[in-house]
Amino acid sequence: MKRAWAMIVALATLAPGLAPPAKADPAADLKAFQGYFQTRFPTLALQDYVNGPYNFSANDRAQWKQILEFPPYSFAVDAGKTAFGTKFPDGADYASCFPRGGIGIAQDYPKFDEKTGKVVTLGIAVNECRERHGLKPLSLTKGELADIVAYMTSTSDGKPIHVVIPNDKRAIAAYEAGKEYFYSRRGQLNFSCASCHVQAAGKRLRGQYLAPALGITASFPVYRSKWGDVGTLVRRFIGCNKKVRSVPAKPDSAAYRDLAYFLTYMSNGLPIAGPGARS
Amino acid sequence: MKHTAILLGLAVAVLPAVALAATPQQVAAGEKIATTKSLGNCAACHSFAGAVEPGNVGPALKDVKAMIPDRKTFYAIVFDEQARNPQTVMPAFGKNLILTPRQINEVIDFLYTK
Ligand code: HEC
Ligand code: HEC
Repeated sequence: MKRAWAMIVALATLAPGLAPPAKADPAADLKAFQGYFQTRFPTLALQDYVNGPYNFSANDRAQWKQILEFPPYSFAVDAGKTAFGTKFPDGADYASCFPRGGIGIAQDYPKFDEKTGKVVTLGIAVNECRERHGLKPLSLTKGELADIVAYMTSTSDGKPIHVVIPNDKRAIAAYEAGKEYFYSRRGQLNFSCASCHVQAAGKRLRGQYLAPALGITASFPVYRSKWGDVGTLVRRFIGCNKKVRSVPAKPDSAAYRDLAYFLTYMSNGLPIAGPGARS
Repeated sequence: MKHTAILLGLAVAVLPAVALAATPQQVAAGEKIATTKSLGNCAACHSFAGAVEPGNVGPALKDVKAMIPDRKTFYAIVFDEQARNPQTVMPAFGKNLILTPRQINEVIDFLYTK
């Protein structure tokens, strides 16, 4: 009992954001966030965090390595490459909508769009491109859009995540909203994202090791055996929200855009490792 | 005000169960609650004898009588551990109406056999 309490107190003082600072300072948050995990798991190198739950069990890791010998996401990458290269009815294509033709840019997303004042994830950018050329938006969680994002992400493999928060009031507000979402308890079970992915990171919930929040976005989209196909980061947000019996937000909502902005920014400097495979 | 109401409810809920020894039915009902996802799902975070693939987010529940000899304390932990430790990840099963007072008592009966 006493020991458990001492641990909790230590955790609370260490865990960044459990008592958030008054003034927005993303760079200081990032340092505290990465430092917290590095102190907690001193044997893990920064780039190891992109392997999420597989850092904590030799057994699970061995099974996962075996799965990766024939990566289950390779069909999605191939399908995504074909879709990405297909011309729109108006003769344009996806490449025309992106810097560097969309190749090797996934590490720069989510991005703050100065025109709209909103955060744009790579998936949302793909849909904006379609709509600009008269096509309907695709589902942001799976299917063709997940394939396209998987392909685009594969061209960034190993590139350091580089999310920028410009000195713009709206961008900082979006970052702060994402941070607040991450640390707020919700649902009947009353968990925050941080309850599981900061406080209980590396521990087991039933048979599943909980991925630390650091690096948690780097392998998306992922092929998940439980899903039987490839899904995007928002698909996982929805799943984790349902797990705590709370009502998920809409895939293109400000809440999820901002959450992705905050969470991906916290992993700045870690390598893109997507698409990935998970059980 | 609110506190007294909770405490009162607590006392009423706990008293009858304290007086009598747990029946095998109560213990069995408690086991179901402790291991079923839609109920208490205690095994998600705690290991105890007989739990399948238990988690380790919370402490192992063994020698539970020695661990928490006072039944009222046990009830309060399951009812709302966040009242004792605002940072805990353990859900407030009673306060958030995940389990009824009767179910909380059954889960206690079960765990007191561990
Ligand atoms: C009740 C516990 C719980 C809560 C609360 C929770 N998650 Fe999860 N999350 C899990 C479990 C279990 C997994 C699967 C194992 C793993 O990879 O961590 C998971 C996986 C993930 C993954 C994929 C990790 C990977 O490497 O594949 C992401 C991303 C994620 N969660 C984000 C979130 C976000 C964002 C929130 C809050 C909106 C959240 N989670 C809330 C339990 C939780
Ligand atoms: C999501 C995780 C989680 C779930 C589910 C959970 N607990 Fe806990 N439990 C914890 C943690 C973590 C602690 C450590 C104390 C704290 O955090 O305040 C704890 C502490 C306890 C304690 C106190 C142990 C001590 O050291 O005195 C008891 C008793 C307990 N839990 C019983 C239960 C029962 C019964 C259930 C199911 C009805 C349950 N728990 C479900 C996470 C959980």
